[in-house]
Amino acid sequence: MRLIHQHGAGAPWQRGDAMKQEWPLWEVFIRGQHGLSHRHVGSLHATDAAHAIQNARDVYTRRKEGVSIWVVPAADITASSPDDKGSLYDPADDKVYRHPTFFDIPDDVGAM
Amino acid sequence: MYAQMIKSEASQDDPEKLAAFQARIDAGEKIEPKDWMPAGYRKTLIRQIGQHAHSEIVGQLPEGNWITRAPTLERKAILLAKVQDEAGHGLYLYCAAETLGVSRDELTEMLLDGRMKYSSIFAYPTLTWADMGAVGWLVDGAAIMNQVPLQRTSYGPYARSMVRICKEESFHQRQGFDIMMKMANGTDAQKRMAQDALNRFWYPSLMMFGPSDKESVHSEQSMAWKIKMNSNDELRQKFVDQTVPQAEYLGLTIPDETLAFNEDKGGYDFAEPDWSEFFDVLKGNGPCSVERIEARQKAWDDGAWVREARLAHAAKKQAAKVAAE
Repeated sequence: MRLIHQHGAGAPWQRGDAMKQEWPLWEVFIRGQHGLSHRHVGSLHATDAAHAIQNARDVYTRRKEGVSIWVVPAADITASSPDDKGSLYDPADDKVYRHPTFFDIPDDVGAM
Repeated sequence: MYAQMIKSEASQDDPEKLAAFQARIDAGEKIEPKDWMPAGYRKTLIRQIGQHAHSEIVGQLPEGNWITRAPTLERKAILLAKVQDEAGHGLYLYCAAETLGVSRDELTEMLLDGRMKYSSIFAYPTLTWADMGAVGWLVDGAAIMNQVPLQRTSYGPYARSMVRICKEESFHQRQGFDIMMKMANGTDAQKRMAQDALNRFWYPSLMMFGPSDKESVHSEQSMAWKIKMNSNDELRQKFVDQTVPQAEYLGLTIPDETLAFNEDKGGYDFAEPDWSEFFDVLKGNGPCSVERIEARQKAWDDGAWVREARLAHAAKKQAAKVAAE
C-alpha cells in the first residue's frame, strides 16, 4: 500500500525553496456544539500551533461554528492513496451481513 | 462573475484516462486533490479558483472605503463583519486552489503582476454610502447566482468552500438590501443617492456574468468538467428576473428604457451592457484598476516584516524547545 502526504507538493520550506518564506500550512478541524467529533473544515497558513489556532478562530468560527479547534501541520498528515481504493474498500462489498437490514426479523418480534 | 472569461485548457492526456475521468464526473463523483486529473482541468481550476479568491480579497477594498464613514455604529459593525467575511471567503478559496499544487505566494504574485485577474466589478468606485447598499444587493446578489450551483462543482475542495461561502453570502445580500430600503424610504436626497447607486452599478453587475456564451469558446469544456454549471446568459437572465421586482419594491428605476417583461419567455428583455467597456476593464483600465492593485501591493509590502518576524519568532521558539529536550 502506498501512503502519501496529504499535500503532495509539500510546503515551500520543505521543497528547499529558500527564496520563498511562506508560512507553513495547517489543516483545521472543528467540533460543533452538538457533541459530534471534530470535522475537517479547511486549511490555513500560520507560523506555529498557537498562531494556527488564532487564525482558525478568525477564519472558521466567525458564526459559532464550533466549541473546539484542532490544528495539525499539513505536512504531518499521512493519507491513503486513491490508487488503493480497490484493495482497501472492495472487501466490504460482499459483506452485506454487516448491516442490520440484512436480517429479516418478523414484525411479531417487536422493535429490535 | 467573480471568475470571468476563464480560458479552458485543452488536455494532451491519454485518451483512455480522459474518458475514465469524464465518466467519473458524469457519474457525479467528486474529484479530490490526490486523484488523477487532466492537466487542463488542473490548470483551468487554478485559474478559476484563483481569480475567484482574488475577487474576494480585492472586493474588500470598495467596501473598506466606507468603514470609517458608516452612518451609525451599528452599520459600521455590520460592514466590518461583512468585509471580514470577504477575507474569509478569499482564504477558503486560496486553500482550495493550493490543493491543486499552486502556492499562496505564487497566487499573490500573479495577481500583483497582472497575470491573474479579479472580477471587473471591483474596478468601479464606491462614491456614496448608498453604494454599500447597491454592492450588497446587486454584486453579492449576482455572486450568489453563480455560487449556489458551484456548490455542486466536480472538484471537492472547491465545492466545499462554496458551501461555506453560500451560507454567509445571503447575509451580505440582505444587509445590502436593508441599506437600500432605508435610503429609498428616506429623504429626497437619500432617494437620489439610492437611484444614483443603482444607475452606476446596474450594467457593471450585468457584466459580472461575462459576455454572451455565443462569444465564449471555453464554456463547453468547463461545463463538461462541471466547473462551470450554467451559461453566462442563463445566469444573467435569472439575475435580472429576480432583481427587477426588488427594484420596483424599492421604488427605484432600472436604468434601462428597453426593459420589458416578455410573456413568451417568462422573463425580462433587457439591454446588454457595453462589452467594450467590460474588455477594457479586464485589461486593467477600469476607473479604479490601478488603485486596487496598488492597494494590494502596498498591503503585501507593508506586511512583509510581519510575515518575516513571525517566522523568525517561530524558528527561535522551536530552537529553544529542541535545546530544552
